[in-house]
Amino acid sequence: MSFSNDRLWLWLGAACYLAGFALGTLAMARRKPHSRAVMYFIVGAGYLFQTMGLYLRGAAVRGCPLGNQFEILQFTGWSATTLYLLVGATFRLSLLGYATSLLSAALAIVSLSIPSLDATRRVGIFGGNPWIEFHAALALFSYGVFALLSLTSALFLIRHSSLKNKRLSGAFAFLPPIVDLDHICLRLLITGVGLLAASLAVGSVWWFRDTSIVNLSKLLITAGIWLAYAIALALRLGSLLLPKRLAWVCILLFAAALVSLWPIDASRNIGPKAQSTADHSPI
Amino acid sequence: MSEREHTDPSFFVLGADHHTAPLETREKLALSPDRLCGFQQQIEKLSGLRELAVLNTCNRVEIYGVADSPLVIDRLQEEFCTACNLSLSQLEPIRHLAKDREAVAHLMAVASGLESQMLGENEIFGQVKSAYQAAQVRHTVGPVLNRIFQKAFQGAKHIRTHTAITTGQISVANVAVDLATTIFGDLKSAQVLLLGAGEIGEKTAVALRSRGAESLTVSSRTLTKAMELATRFGGAALPFETIPVHLHKFDIVVCSTSAPGAVITLFTATTALRRRPVHPILFIDLAMPRDIEPGVGKLENAYLYNLDDLARIAEGNRAARQAEVAKARLIVEERAQTIWKLIDLSSVSPAHGRPDASGRLTPQPPLPGLDRGASSRST
Repeated sequence: MSFSNDRLWLWLGAACYLAGFALGTLAMARRKPHSRAVMYFIVGAGYLFQTMGLYLRGAAVRGCPLGNQFEILQFTGWSATTLYLLVGATFRLSLLGYATSLLSAALAIVSLSIPSLDATRRVGIFGGNPWIEFHAALALFSYGVFALLSLTSALFLIRHSSLKNKRLSGAFAFLPPIVDLDHICLRLLITGVGLLAASLAVGSVWWFRDTSIVNLSKLLITAGIWLAYAIALALRLGSLLLPKRLAWVCILLFAAALVSLWPIDASRNIGPKAQSTADHSPI
Repeated sequence: MSEREHTDPSFFVLGADHHTAPLETREKLALSPDRLCGFQQQIEKLSGLRELAVLNTCNRVEIYGVADSPLVIDRLQEEFCTACNLSLSQLEPIRHLAKDREAVAHLMAVASGLESQMLGENEIFGQVKSAYQAAQVRHTVGPVLNRIFQKAFQGAKHIRTHTAITTGQISVANVAVDLATTIFGDLKSAQVLLLGAGEIGEKTAVALRSRGAESLTVSSRTLTKAMELATRFGGAALPFETIPVHLHKFDIVVCSTSAPGAVITLFTATTALRRRPVHPILFIDLAMPRDIEPGVGKLENAYLYNLDDLARIAEGNRAARQAEVAKARLIVEERAQTIWKLIDLSSVSPAHGRPDASGRLTPQPPLPGLDRGASSRST
């Protein structure tokens, strides 16, 4: 394997994320908090490797690497990590780095381990249009935010359950305060909805010019996901959706969003401008 | 042959604590500042007692010193009995006496909280430090006690950092405060309501205050009592009857009334939570019989903890600390051994520490390389 092989860098990134997950698990088993600086460094190193891998893949496919399920999963993990590295320190959540490393490791390893996800490599899917590329990248980035949101929602539910069941010691002692988790969920929800709205707005400009370029099912699914998140946000802001229910909604919506990537990706097969290649050999 | 010609100096600790002395005896042992001063003046005159520091807390009275011979310790024991109005036969079964390496280990164990009634408690470290500083002020510590105390402080700090004997709260009031931070994080902006003026509720309020809670409101069936307490905490008082109307304004509700029935019913709590649907309320019920209906705990945004729940958590933390005792004791033994090897009692001149003409022990110069941090602080 050469250093120009994108999968090598992506594996290195996955290994770092896995190391971050192992560090967090070990600390929890020892009932001692892990060093946030060390976690930040490990996830940061994984992020650099992953960025390098995605850059090489992007250079090979001549655009943002979003051409198949492998690339979409990698990009989603990368987006979540980007957000963690940007705002993780200010969130002051001791377990956010651990959760991010778990999510990114899972997405990276799943995508790298299943060859069929990367069976078809599409080149130049955006037809050289930077706005469409921006629209797609922004949409996927918002999915990364929703991924992080689902993680903090899961942490919220675990914390809620521990408080209700009066179990506060052991691993539960490392969980952040429940009110902080709720605030972060809300902020992530606002960010995700905003990013996806911006992505849809950019995409809609091109769609209005030529409605044939977008598959209707893709449009409906993406708009549906955005609408569902937007409704959840509106209900939460109106105090009609309680934090615990919002957490469940965010987890379920992210699962739905993840599943929806498959039909969205499949819809590209009938797109007019994409070139496909089944070349798996190292780039 | 005079006594001084046959010196066999030893570092010792003589005293009694909660392990052996029942409360009634400890009451006799507890030395008031005046009695302590008189006692110290008396024992400082003892011939052959070279160095001296007295640790006097509610659970222990201990005299650490360097004596020329066992006879000196016997005389010290007599003085101690006189000061405490105890006979020797009364002291004998409850006293503990350790010498040299064992005494060093004991001091370190005490300073690290291993010997405390509440295992791993923090206050004892400060109390030992105060005792040492007081002895420095009185010029009764010399090269031996200086080195032993400072090394013991280092060891105690190491034990507190590297074992879990101080982790988790073990008092109900502090467990309640930990719980509040688990829900709200920073307590600075948390609105606290204290219902009832019971002692344990008051302790919880003090603990909440010490952890940053700024807004405290007190309500009691007797408004004047509530106002008294509110004034002490710099908070506001609320008429008891208006609680259902104002409950939604509070994040933390601590109940400790002596009311025969529930003060906060399921209906009251539900109504309050409806008015703040996305903000949780922590209910802490310290009353017996309970002040809050158990059904409140099932409400989605309410977290209800009663006295038993808090006691269970405290007990769990205590057990976790207990599990670390063996590890901590091992460190104590190893460090005591190392410290004791550094101490050379034979090098201490017999003239050192001998009371001067005024009956006071002469000050001792420190050994080279000794950490003088505590000493310089006191001067």
